[in-house]
Amino acid sequence: MTSPVISARGLRKTYGDRVVLDGIDLDIHQHDVVCLIGSSGSGKSTLLRCLDLLEEIDDGVIELDGREVSDPHVDPRAVRREIGMVFQAYNLFPHLSVLANCTLAPVRVHGTPADEAAARALELLERFGLGDKADAHPDQLSGGQQQRAALVRALCTGPRVLLLDEITAALDPELVGEVLEMVRAEAEAGMTMVLATHEMAFAREVATSVCFLDRGRILEQGPPGEVLTAPREERTRQFLRRVLPG
Amino acid sequence: MSGVTWSPSEREVERRRVRRRDRTRGAVIATSVTLLVVVVLVWLVTSSPGWPRVRETFLSWPDAKASFPEIAKGFWTNVKLFLIAEPLILVIGILVAVTRSTVSPWLTPVRAAAVLYTDLLRGVPTLLVVVLLALGVPALRLTGVTTSLFWLTLVALVLSYGAYVAEVVRAGIESVHPSQIASAQALALSRHQTMRHVVLPQALRRVAPPLLNDFVSLQKDTALVSAVGVFEALFAAQDYGNYNFNYTPLLVAAAFFVALTIPLARFTDWLGRRAVRRERGR
Ligand SMILES: Nc1ncnc2c1ncn2[C@@H]1O[C@H](COP(=O)(O)OP(=O)(O)O)[C@@H](O)[C@H]1O
Ligand SMILES: [Mg+2]
Repeated sequence: MTSPVISARGLRKTYGDRVVLDGIDLDIHQHDVVCLIGSSGSGKSTLLRCLDLLEEIDDGVIELDGREVSDPHVDPRAVRREIGMVFQAYNLFPHLSVLANCTLAPVRVHGTPADEAAARALELLERFGLGDKADAHPDQLSGGQQQRAALVRALCTGPRVLLLDEITAALDPELVGEVLEMVRAEAEAGMTMVLATHEMAFAREVATSVCFLDRGRILEQGPPGEVLTAPREERTRQFLRRVLPG
Repeated sequence: MSGVTWSPSEREVERRRVRRRDRTRGAVIATSVTLLVVVVLVWLVTSSPGWPRVRETFLSWPDAKASFPEIAKGFWTNVKLFLIAEPLILVIGILVAVTRSTVSPWLTPVRAAAVLYTDLLRGVPTLLVVVLLALGVPALRLTGVTTSLFWLTLVALVLSYGAYVAEVVRAGIESVHPSQIASAQALALSRHQTMRHVVLPQALRRVAPPLLNDFVSLQKDTALVSAVGVFEALFAAQDYGNYNFNYTPLLVAAAFFVALTIPLARFTDWLGRRAVRRERGR
Protein backbone atom coordinates (compact mmCIF):
# COMPACT_ATOMS: atom_id res chain seq x y z
CA MET A 1 0.00 0.00 0.00
CA THR A 2 1.21 3.55 -0.78
CA SER A 3 1.71 6.01 2.07
CA PRO A 4 -1.19 8.40 2.70
CA VAL A 5 -1.25 11.97 1.37
CA ILE A 6 -2.82 13.28 4.55
CA SER A 7 -2.80 11.41 7.79
CA ALA A 8 -4.24 12.44 11.15
CA ARG A 9 -3.44 10.68 14.41
CA GLY A 10 -5.17 11.31 17.71
CA LEU A 11 -6.50 14.67 16.57
CA ARG A 12 -8.05 16.67 19.39
CA LYS A 13 -9.69 20.08 19.24
CA THR A 14 -11.48 21.96 22.00
CA TYR A 15 -13.30 25.28 22.21
CA GLY A 16 -13.04 26.23 25.86
CA ASP A 17 -14.40 23.21 27.76
CA ARG A 18 -16.08 21.77 24.68
CA VAL A 19 -14.27 18.82 23.15
CA VAL A 20 -15.14 19.09 19.45
CA LEU A 21 -12.70 16.53 18.03
CA ASP A 22 -11.71 13.67 20.28
CA GLY A 23 -8.95 11.38 19.05
CA ILE A 24 -9.57 11.39 15.30
CA ASP A 25 -7.49 8.93 13.24
CA LEU A 26 -7.83 9.33 9.50
CA ASP A 27 -5.74 8.37 6.47
CA ILE A 28 -6.35 9.85 3.04
CA HIS A 29 -4.54 8.13 0.17
CA GLN A 30 -4.12 9.43 -3.33
CA HIS A 31 -7.35 9.20 -5.41
CA ASP A 32 -9.39 8.57 -2.24
CA VAL A 33 -12.78 10.22 -1.97
CA VAL A 34 -13.54 10.28 1.74
CA CYS A 35 -17.05 11.34 2.75
CA LEU A 36 -17.60 12.67 6.27
CA ILE A 37 -21.17 12.16 7.44
CA GLY A 38 -22.75 12.85 10.79
CA SER A 39 -25.31 15.10 12.39
CA SER A 40 -24.90 18.85 12.59
CA GLY A 41 -22.35 19.76 15.27
CA SER A 42 -20.55 16.42 15.11
CA GLY A 43 -17.31 18.15 14.09
CA LYS A 44 -17.11 17.69 10.29
CA SER A 45 -16.30 21.31 9.51
CA THR A 46 -13.85 21.53 12.39
CA LEU A 47 -12.03 18.43 11.14
CA LEU A 48 -11.70 19.89 7.64
CA ARG A 49 -10.52 23.23 9.04
CA CYS A 50 -7.92 21.46 11.18
CA LEU A 51 -6.62 19.51 8.18
CA ASP A 52 -6.14 22.82 6.33
CA LEU A 53 -4.37 24.22 9.43
CA LEU A 54 -7.03 26.90 9.75
CA GLU A 55 -7.41 25.92 13.41
CA GLU A 56 -4.69 25.24 15.96
CA ILE A 57 -5.17 21.70 17.26
CA ASP A 58 -4.95 20.75 20.93
CA ASP A 59 -3.32 17.38 20.48
CA GLY A 60 -2.42 14.80 17.91
CA VAL A 61 -0.41 14.88 14.72
CA ILE A 62 -1.27 15.81 11.13
CA GLU A 63 1.04 14.68 8.35
CA LEU A 64 1.14 15.75 4.72
CA ASP A 65 3.14 13.33 2.55
CA GLY A 66 4.63 11.85 5.70
CA ARG A 67 5.88 15.19 7.05
CA GLU A 68 4.40 16.46 10.27
CA VAL A 69 2.62 19.75 9.55
CA SER A 70 1.14 20.24 13.01
CA ASP A 71 4.60 21.34 14.13
CA PRO A 72 4.49 24.99 15.28
CA HIS A 73 7.42 25.77 13.01
CA VAL A 74 5.77 24.56 9.81
CA ASP A 75 4.54 27.45 7.66
CA PRO A 76 0.80 26.80 7.30
CA ARG A 77 0.75 28.64 3.98
CA ALA A 78 3.12 26.10 2.49
CA VAL A 79 0.58 23.42 3.43
CA ARG A 80 -2.45 25.35 2.19
CA ARG A 81 -0.76 25.88 -1.18
CA GLU A 82 -1.10 22.12 -1.71
CA ILE A 83 -4.71 21.93 -0.57
CA GLY A 84 -7.90 23.41 -2.03
CA MET A 85 -10.86 24.19 0.19
CA VAL A 86 -14.46 25.12 -0.61
CA PHE A 87 -16.92 26.34 2.02
CA GLN A 88 -20.66 26.00 2.41
CA ALA A 89 -21.19 29.75 1.94
CA TYR A 90 -19.18 30.01 -1.35
CA ASN A 91 -17.02 32.82 0.11
CA LEU A 92 -16.19 34.27 -3.29
CA PHE A 93 -14.68 37.74 -3.03
CA PRO A 94 -17.53 40.08 -4.00
CA HIS A 95 -15.27 42.90 -5.17
CA LEU A 96 -13.56 40.73 -7.82
CA SER A 97 -14.87 39.27 -11.05
CA VAL A 98 -15.20 35.48 -11.28
CA LEU A 99 -12.03 35.34 -13.36
CA ALA A 100 -10.12 37.54 -10.92
CA ASN A 101 -11.31 35.35 -8.04
CA CYS A 102 -9.83 32.37 -9.87
CA THR A 103 -6.50 33.94 -10.79
CA LEU A 104 -5.78 35.67 -7.49
CA ALA A 105 -3.99 32.79 -5.76
CA PRO A 106 -2.24 31.34 -8.84
CA VAL A 107 -0.73 34.76 -9.61
CA ARG A 108 -0.07 36.09 -6.10
CA VAL A 109 0.78 32.87 -4.26
CA HIS A 110 2.06 30.46 -6.88
CA GLY A 111 3.75 33.02 -9.11
CA THR A 112 1.99 31.87 -12.27
CA PRO A 113 2.23 34.49 -15.04
CA ALA A 114 -1.06 36.39 -15.26
CA ASP A 115 -1.91 35.36 -18.83
CA GLU A 116 -1.19 31.72 -18.10
CA ALA A 117 -3.34 31.79 -14.96
CA ALA A 118 -6.18 33.47 -16.86
CA ALA A 119 -5.99 30.93 -19.68
CA ARG A 120 -6.12 28.03 -17.25
CA ALA A 121 -8.98 29.60 -15.26
CA LEU A 122 -10.96 30.26 -18.43
CA GLU A 123 -10.44 26.68 -19.57
CA LEU A 124 -11.78 25.37 -16.26
CA LEU A 125 -14.66 27.86 -16.20
CA GLU A 126 -15.48 26.81 -19.77
CA ARG A 127 -15.38 23.13 -18.87
CA PHE A 128 -17.80 23.62 -16.02
CA GLY A 129 -20.20 25.81 -18.02
CA LEU A 130 -19.17 29.18 -16.60
CA GLY A 131 -17.29 30.47 -19.66
CA ASP A 132 -19.72 33.35 -20.16
CA LYS A 133 -19.57 34.36 -16.47
CA ALA A 134 -15.84 35.04 -16.30
CA ASP A 135 -16.29 38.81 -16.21
CA ALA A 136 -19.37 38.79 -14.00
CA HIS A 137 -19.18 39.59 -10.30
CA PRO A 138 -20.25 36.89 -7.82
CA ASP A 139 -23.45 38.69 -6.78
CA GLN A 140 -24.70 38.45 -10.36
CA LEU A 141 -24.54 34.65 -10.29
CA SER A 142 -27.01 32.07 -9.00
CA GLY A 143 -26.04 30.06 -5.93
CA GLY A 144 -25.14 27.03 -8.01
CA GLN A 145 -23.02 29.12 -10.34
CA GLN A 146 -21.29 30.79 -7.39
CA GLN A 147 -20.47 27.46 -5.83
CA ARG A 148 -19.18 26.08 -9.15
CA ALA A 149 -17.04 29.22 -9.47
CA ALA A 150 -15.74 28.63 -5.94
CA LEU A 151 -14.81 25.07 -6.93
CA VAL A 152 -13.02 26.33 -10.02
CA ARG A 153 -11.18 28.85 -7.85
CA ALA A 154 -9.98 26.01 -5.63
CA LEU A 155 -8.97 23.91 -8.65
CA CYS A 156 -7.03 26.73 -10.32
CA THR A 157 -4.06 26.32 -7.99
CA GLY A 158 -3.76 22.65 -8.95
CA PRO A 159 -4.24 21.29 -5.42
CA ARG A 160 -3.22 17.77 -4.42
CA VAL A 161 -6.24 17.42 -2.17
CA LEU A 162 -9.65 19.09 -2.15
CA LEU A 163 -11.51 19.70 1.13
CA LEU A 164 -15.20 20.37 0.54
CA ASP A 165 -17.39 21.44 3.45
CA GLU A 166 -21.08 20.78 2.73
CA ILE A 167 -20.77 22.70 -0.48
CA THR A 168 -24.34 21.96 -1.55
CA ALA A 169 -26.02 22.62 1.79
CA ALA A 170 -26.93 26.23 0.94
CA LEU A 171 -28.27 25.43 -2.54
CA ASP A 172 -31.70 24.88 -4.06
CA PRO A 173 -32.26 21.16 -4.65
CA GLU A 174 -32.33 21.75 -8.40
CA LEU A 175 -28.94 23.46 -8.24
CA VAL A 176 -27.34 20.73 -6.13
CA GLY A 177 -27.03 18.46 -9.16
CA GLU A 178 -24.86 20.79 -11.21
CA VAL A 179 -22.38 21.22 -8.35
CA LEU A 180 -22.25 17.50 -7.52
CA GLU A 181 -21.75 16.80 -11.23
CA MET A 182 -18.60 18.83 -11.05
CA VAL A 183 -17.38 17.02 -7.95
CA ARG A 184 -18.12 13.69 -9.59
CA ALA A 185 -16.08 14.72 -12.65
CA GLU A 186 -13.15 15.64 -10.43
CA ALA A 187 -13.46 12.37 -8.51
CA GLU A 188 -13.44 10.43 -11.77
CA ALA A 189 -10.38 12.37 -12.91
CA GLY A 190 -8.63 11.03 -9.82
CA MET A 191 -8.71 14.06 -7.53
CA THR A 192 -8.11 13.23 -3.88
CA MET A 193 -10.98 14.61 -1.83
CA VAL A 194 -12.39 14.83 1.66
CA LEU A 195 -15.96 16.06 1.75
CA ALA A 196 -18.47 16.70 4.47
CA THR A 197 -21.88 16.04 2.98
CA HIS A 198 -25.50 15.27 3.66
CA GLU A 199 -26.03 13.89 0.15
CA MET A 200 -26.12 10.18 0.98
CA ALA A 201 -26.92 9.02 -2.54
CA PHE A 202 -23.95 10.93 -3.83
CA ALA A 203 -21.69 9.56 -1.10
CA ARG A 204 -22.76 6.02 -1.91
CA GLU A 205 -21.88 6.60 -5.54
CA VAL A 206 -18.53 8.40 -5.49
CA ALA A 207 -17.02 7.74 -2.05
CA THR A 208 -14.20 5.25 -1.70
CA SER A 209 -14.73 5.44 2.03
CA VAL A 210 -17.35 6.87 4.38
CA CYS A 211 -16.64 8.13 7.92
CA PHE A 212 -19.47 8.52 10.39
CA LEU A 213 -18.63 11.26 12.92
CA ASP A 214 -20.41 11.32 16.22
CA ARG A 215 -19.59 13.86 18.95
CA GLY A 216 -16.10 14.43 17.62
CA ARG A 217 -15.17 10.78 17.11
CA ILE A 218 -15.09 8.60 14.03
CA LEU A 219 -17.52 5.96 15.16
CA GLU A 220 -17.46 3.93 12.00
CA GLN A 221 -15.47 3.98 8.77
CA GLY A 222 -15.54 1.80 5.68
CA PRO A 223 -16.65 1.47 2.07
CA PRO A 224 -20.02 3.14 1.37
CA GLY A 225 -21.62 -0.24 0.71
CA GLU A 226 -20.91 -1.25 4.31
CA VAL A 227 -21.37 1.93 6.32
CA LEU A 228 -24.43 3.19 4.44
CA THR A 229 -26.24 -0.12 3.96
CA ALA A 230 -25.19 -2.36 6.80
CA PRO A 231 -23.74 -0.18 9.57
CA ARG A 232 -22.29 -1.90 12.61
CA GLU A 233 -23.12 0.82 15.11
CA GLU A 234 -26.58 1.59 16.41
CA ARG A 235 -25.90 5.35 16.34
CA THR A 236 -25.02 5.15 12.65
CA ARG A 237 -28.27 3.33 11.99
CA GLN A 238 -30.22 5.97 13.89
CA PHE A 239 -28.53 8.75 11.91
CA LEU A 240 -29.16 7.06 8.58
CA ARG A 241 -32.81 6.48 9.44
CA ARG A 242 -33.16 10.19 10.08
CA VAL A 243 -31.49 11.38 6.85
CA LEU A 244 -32.49 8.70 4.39
CA PRO A 245 -35.96 9.05 2.95
CA GLY A 246 -38.32 6.09 3.31
CA MET B 1 -16.97 12.39 28.36
CA SER B 2 -13.38 11.39 27.86
CA GLY B 3 -12.38 15.06 28.34
CA VAL B 4 -12.00 14.35 32.04
CA THR B 5 -9.45 11.58 31.62
CA TRP B 6 -7.58 13.19 28.74
CA SER B 7 -3.99 14.25 29.30
CA PRO B 8 -1.83 15.75 26.56
CA SER B 9 0.36 13.39 24.55
CA GLU B 10 4.13 13.74 24.64
CA ARG B 11 4.06 15.38 21.21
CA GLU B 12 1.53 17.96 22.38
CA VAL B 13 3.56 18.73 25.52
CA GLU B 14 6.62 19.22 23.31
CA ARG B 15 4.60 21.40 20.93
CA ARG B 16 3.40 23.60 23.78
CA ARG B 17 6.98 23.96 25.01
CA VAL B 18 8.07 25.07 21.52
CA ARG B 19 5.20 27.57 21.26
CA ARG B 20 6.05 28.98 24.69
CA ARG B 21 9.71 29.30 23.75
CA ASP B 22 8.75 31.07 20.49
CA ARG B 23 6.58 33.50 22.44
CA THR B 24 9.37 34.26 24.91
CA ARG B 25 11.81 34.81 22.08
CA GLY B 26 9.30 37.17 20.42
CA ALA B 27 8.97 39.20 23.61
CA VAL B 28 12.75 39.45 24.01
CA ILE B 29 13.17 40.62 20.41
CA ALA B 30 10.37 43.19 20.79
CA THR B 31 11.89 44.64 23.96
CA SER B 32 15.45 44.86 22.73
CA VAL B 33 14.55 46.34 19.34
CA THR B 34 12.37 48.99 20.98
CA LEU B 35 15.07 49.87 23.51
CA LEU B 36 17.67 50.14 20.78
CA VAL B 37 15.53 52.48 18.69
CA VAL B 38 14.77 54.71 21.68
CA VAL B 39 18.43 54.92 22.72
CA VAL B 40 19.54 55.83 19.18
CA LEU B 41 16.83 58.49 18.83
CA VAL B 42 17.65 60.09 22.19
CA TRP B 43 21.33 60.08 21.34
CA LEU B 44 20.68 61.67 17.91
CA VAL B 45 18.61 64.48 19.40
CA THR B 46 20.80 65.24 22.41
CA SER B 47 24.02 65.25 20.41
CA SER B 48 22.75 67.77 17.85
CA PRO B 49 24.55 71.15 17.92
CA GLY B 50 21.42 73.16 18.77
CA TRP B 51 20.39 70.91 21.62
CA PRO B 52 21.52 73.09 24.60
CA ARG B 53 19.60 76.07 23.22
CA VAL B 54 16.48 73.98 22.49
CA ARG B 55 16.63 72.54 25.98
CA GLU B 56 16.64 75.99 27.44
CA THR B 57 13.67 77.36 25.49
CA PHE B 58 11.51 74.25 25.19
CA LEU B 59 12.38 72.12 28.19
CA SER B 60 12.57 74.48 31.12
CA TRP B 61 11.11 72.86 34.19
CA PRO B 62 10.44 76.15 36.12
CA ASP B 63 8.51 77.54 33.14
CA ALA B 64 6.53 74.33 32.80
CA LYS B 65 5.54 74.53 36.44
CA ALA B 66 4.73 78.23 36.29
CA SER B 67 2.51 77.92 33.21
CA PHE B 68 0.75 74.74 34.29
CA PRO B 69 -2.23 76.22 36.22
CA GLU B 70 -3.22 78.63 33.45
CA ILE B 71 -2.94 75.93 30.77
CA ALA B 72 -4.97 73.54 32.86
CA LYS B 73 -7.64 76.20 33.22
CA GLY B 74 -7.57 76.81 29.46
CA PHE B 75 -7.70 73.11 28.75
CA TRP B 76 -10.99 72.85 30.57
CA THR B 77 -12.41 75.00 27.75
CA ASN B 78 -11.11 72.47 25.18
CA VAL B 79 -12.72 69.66 27.12
CA LYS B 80 -16.05 71.50 27.31
CA LEU B 81 -15.87 72.32 23.60
CA PHE B 82 -15.52 68.76 22.42
CA LEU B 83 -17.79 67.22 25.03
CA ILE B 84 -20.61 69.43 23.78
CA ALA B 85 -19.58 69.26 20.12
CA GLU B 86 -19.20 65.49 19.76
CA PRO B 87 -22.83 64.47 20.31
CA LEU B 88 -24.04 67.37 18.18
CA ILE B 89 -21.69 66.36 15.37
CA LEU B 90 -22.87 62.79 15.52
CA VAL B 91 -26.51 63.86 15.27
CA ILE B 92 -25.85 66.24 12.36
CA GLY B 93 -23.66 63.68 10.61
CA ILE B 94 -26.29 60.96 10.82
CA LEU B 95 -29.13 63.29 9.81
CA VAL B 96 -27.25 64.56 6.77
CA ALA B 97 -26.10 61.07 5.74
CA VAL B 98 -29.60 59.61 6.07
CA THR B 99 -31.04 62.58 4.17
CA ARG B 100 -28.62 61.96 1.34
CA SER B 101 -29.66 58.33 1.05
CA THR B 102 -33.42 59.04 0.84
CA VAL B 103 -35.12 58.57 -2.50
CA SER B 104 -38.47 60.34 -2.16
CA PRO B 105 -38.94 63.05 -4.83
CA TRP B 106 -40.52 65.32 -2.17
CA LEU B 107 -37.24 65.49 -0.33
CA THR B 108 -35.19 66.68 -3.32
CA PRO B 109 -34.61 70.20 -1.91
CA VAL B 110 -33.48 68.78 1.46
CA ARG B 111 -31.17 66.35 -0.32
CA ALA B 112 -29.73 69.17 -2.38
CA ALA B 113 -29.16 71.20 0.80
CA ALA B 114 -27.39 68.22 2.39
CA VAL B 115 -25.11 67.83 -0.64
CA LEU B 116 -24.35 71.55 -0.69
CA TYR B 117 -23.60 71.50 3.04
CA THR B 118 -21.14 68.61 2.88
CA ASP B 119 -19.45 69.94 -0.24
CA LEU B 120 -19.01 73.45 1.17
CA LEU B 121 -18.00 72.62 4.72
CA ARG B 122 -15.59 69.90 3.80
CA GLY B 123 -13.99 72.25 1.31
CA VAL B 124 -13.46 75.26 3.58
CA PRO B 125 -10.58 74.95 6.11
CA THR B 126 -11.91 74.53 9.65
CA LEU B 127 -9.84 77.49 10.81
CA LEU B 128 -11.58 79.70 8.25
CA VAL B 129 -15.02 78.54 9.37
CA VAL B 130 -14.07 79.38 12.96
CA VAL B 131 -12.84 82.86 12.05
CA LEU B 132 -15.78 83.60 9.73
CA LEU B 133 -18.38 82.68 12.33
CA ALA B 134 -16.63 84.31 15.27
CA LEU B 135 -16.12 87.61 13.44
CA GLY B 136 -19.01 87.55 10.97
CA VAL B 137 -21.98 86.68 13.15
CA PRO B 138 -21.47 89.40 15.79
CA ALA B 139 -20.98 91.91 12.96
CA LEU B 140 -24.49 91.15 11.72
CA ARG B 141 -25.87 92.48 15.04
CA LEU B 142 -28.75 90.02 14.96
CA THR B 143 -31.01 90.19 17.96
CA GLY B 144 -31.35 86.98 19.93
CA VAL B 145 -28.19 85.44 18.44
CA THR B 146 -25.34 84.87 20.83
CA THR B 147 -22.15 86.87 20.52
CA SER B 148 -20.31 84.55 22.90
CA LEU B 149 -17.11 83.46 21.18
CA PHE B 150 -17.27 80.11 22.95
CA TRP B 151 -20.62 79.22 21.42
CA LEU B 152 -19.88 80.67 18.01
CA THR B 153 -16.63 78.75 17.67
CA LEU B 154 -18.40 75.66 18.97
CA VAL B 155 -20.96 75.98 16.18
CA ALA B 156 -18.15 76.41 13.67
CA LEU B 157 -16.48 73.18 14.83
CA VAL B 158 -19.80 71.31 14.77
CA LEU B 159 -20.61 72.49 11.23
CA SER B 160 -17.17 71.66 9.91
CA TYR B 161 -16.88 68.22 11.53
CA GLY B 162 -20.54 67.39 10.89
CA ALA B 163 -19.76 67.42 7.18
CA TYR B 164 -16.88 64.96 7.60
CA VAL B 165 -18.84 62.66 9.85
CA ALA B 166 -21.80 62.73 7.46
CA GLU B 167 -19.59 61.36 4.71
CA VAL B 168 -18.17 58.66 6.97
CA VAL B 169 -21.66 57.57 8.00
CA ARG B 170 -22.84 57.64 4.38
CA ALA B 171 -19.98 55.36 3.38
CA GLY B 172 -21.07 53.01 6.16
CA ILE B 173 -24.68 53.05 4.98
CA GLU B 174 -23.63 52.25 1.44
CA SER B 175 -21.43 49.38 2.60
CA VAL B 176 -24.39 47.47 4.00
CA HIS B 177 -25.13 44.65 1.59
CA PRO B 178 -28.29 45.04 -0.55
CA SER B 179 -29.49 41.61 0.58
CA GLN B 180 -29.91 43.08 4.07
CA ILE B 181 -32.24 45.75 2.75
CA ALA B 182 -34.10 43.15 0.69
CA SER B 183 -34.58 40.98 3.80
CA ALA B 184 -35.90 43.96 5.75
CA GLN B 185 -38.28 44.90 2.97
CA ALA B 186 -39.42 41.31 2.72
CA LEU B 187 -40.46 41.60 6.37
CA ALA B 188 -42.57 44.58 5.22
CA LEU B 189 -40.49 47.11 7.12
CA SER B 190 -40.91 50.65 5.80
CA ARG B 191 -37.93 52.48 4.29
CA HIS B 192 -37.62 54.47 7.48
CA GLN B 193 -37.76 51.34 9.66
CA THR B 194 -35.27 49.58 7.41
CA MET B 195 -32.85 52.47 7.81
CA ARG B 196 -33.42 52.81 11.56
CA HIS B 197 -33.39 49.14 12.59
CA VAL B 198 -31.36 47.30 9.96
CA VAL B 199 -29.06 49.57 7.97
CA LEU B 200 -27.94 52.24 10.46
CA PRO B 201 -26.98 49.86 13.29
CA GLN B 202 -24.76 47.84 10.95
CA ALA B 203 -23.38 50.97 9.29
CA LEU B 204 -22.51 52.70 12.56
CA ARG B 205 -20.86 49.61 14.00
CA ARG B 206 -18.75 49.35 10.89
CA VAL B 207 -17.70 53.01 10.87
CA ALA B 208 -17.13 53.33 14.62
CA PRO B 209 -13.32 53.29 14.26
CA PRO B 210 -13.14 56.04 11.59
CA LEU B 211 -15.75 58.04 13.54
CA LEU B 212 -13.69 57.89 16.71
CA ASN B 213 -10.71 58.85 14.60
CA ASP B 214 -12.55 62.02 13.58
CA PHE B 215 -13.33 62.68 17.23
CA VAL B 216 -9.68 62.36 18.20
CA SER B 217 -8.97 64.85 15.45
CA LEU B 218 -11.67 67.17 16.82
CA GLN B 219 -10.12 67.09 20.28
CA LYS B 220 -6.97 68.57 18.80
CA ASP B 221 -8.81 71.01 16.57
CA THR B 222 -10.52 72.62 19.55
CA ALA B 223 -7.19 74.47 19.76
CA LEU B 224 -8.15 76.30 16.55
CA VAL B 225 -10.51 78.54 18.50
CA SER B 226 -7.46 80.25 20.02
CA ALA B 227 -7.20 82.05 16.67
CA VAL B 228 -10.12 84.31 17.61
CA GLY B 229 -8.98 84.76 21.19
CA VAL B 230 -10.96 82.14 23.06
CA PHE B 231 -9.04 81.35 26.21
CA GLU B 232 -8.08 77.68 25.96
CA ALA B 233 -4.91 75.59 26.42
CA LEU B 234 -2.97 76.72 23.34
CA PHE B 235 -3.97 80.35 23.93
CA ALA B 236 -2.78 80.16 27.54
CA ALA B 237 0.49 78.56 26.47
CA GLN B 238 1.18 81.15 23.77
CA ASP B 239 0.27 83.92 26.14
CA TYR B 240 2.83 82.73 28.67
CA GLY B 241 5.42 82.11 25.96
CA ASN B 242 5.15 85.60 24.46
CA TYR B 243 5.41 87.16 27.88
CA ASN B 244 8.37 85.15 29.16
CA PHE B 245 10.21 84.26 25.92
CA ASN B 246 10.04 80.60 26.69
CA TYR B 247 8.16 77.96 24.71
CA THR B 248 8.06 75.16 27.24
CA PRO B 249 4.32 75.84 27.82
CA LEU B 250 3.64 74.74 24.23
CA LEU B 251 4.95 71.30 25.16
CA VAL B 252 2.87 71.36 28.33
CA ALA B 253 -0.23 72.08 26.24
CA ALA B 254 0.75 69.30 23.82
CA ALA B 255 1.05 66.92 26.78
CA PHE B 256 -2.50 67.81 27.84
CA PHE B 257 -3.86 66.97 24.39
CA VAL B 258 -1.92 63.73 24.15
CA ALA B 259 -3.08 62.66 27.60
CA LEU B 260 -6.62 63.06 26.36
CA THR B 261 -6.33 61.44 22.93
CA ILE B 262 -4.40 58.32 23.93
CA PRO B 263 -7.22 56.85 26.05
CA LEU B 264 -9.69 57.51 23.22
CA ALA B 265 -7.34 55.84 20.73
CA ARG B 266 -7.04 52.73 22.94
CA PHE B 267 -10.83 52.76 23.36
CA THR B 268 -11.17 52.82 19.56
CA ASP B 269 -8.86 49.80 19.24
CA TRP B 270 -10.82 47.95 21.88
CA LEU B 271 -14.15 48.70 20.18
CA GLY B 272 -12.78 47.42 16.88
CA ARG B 273 -11.53 44.19 18.43
CA ARG B 274 -14.80 43.65 20.25
CA ALA B 275 -16.77 44.08 17.01
CA VAL B 276 -14.60 41.46 15.32
CA ARG B 277 -15.02 39.05 18.25
CA ARG B 278 -18.77 39.46 18.23
CA GLU B 279 -19.33 38.99 14.52
CA ARG B 280 -16.88 36.14 14.06
CA GLY B 281 -17.77 34.55 17.37
CA ARG B 282 -14.30 34.09 18.76
N1 LIG C 1 -15.43 29.00 16.64
C1 LIG C 1 -16.10 28.18 17.49
N2 LIG C 1 -16.21 28.47 18.80
C2 LIG C 1 -16.86 27.65 19.64
N3 LIG C 1 -17.44 26.51 19.29
C3 LIG C 1 -17.38 26.14 18.01
C4 LIG C 1 -16.71 26.95 17.03
N4 LIG C 1 -16.80 26.33 15.84
C5 LIG C 1 -17.50 25.19 16.05
N5 LIG C 1 -17.85 25.07 17.34
C6 LIG C 1 -18.59 23.95 17.93
O1 LIG C 1 -17.95 22.78 17.56
C7 LIG C 1 -18.90 21.76 17.29
C8 LIG C 1 -18.64 21.14 15.94
O2 LIG C 1 -18.92 22.10 14.96
P1 LIG C 1 -18.76 21.80 13.41
O3 LIG C 1 -17.40 21.25 13.17
O4 LIG C 1 -19.12 23.04 12.68
O5 LIG C 1 -19.84 20.67 13.17
P2 LIG C 1 -20.46 20.17 11.79
O6 LIG C 1 -19.70 20.80 10.68
O7 LIG C 1 -20.32 18.69 11.84
O8 LIG C 1 -21.89 20.58 11.81
C9 LIG C 1 -20.27 22.41 17.40
O9 LIG C 1 -20.85 22.02 18.60
C10 LIG C 1 -19.99 23.87 17.38
O10 LIG C 1 -20.91 24.55 18.20
MG1 LIG D 1 -20.41 22.15 9.22
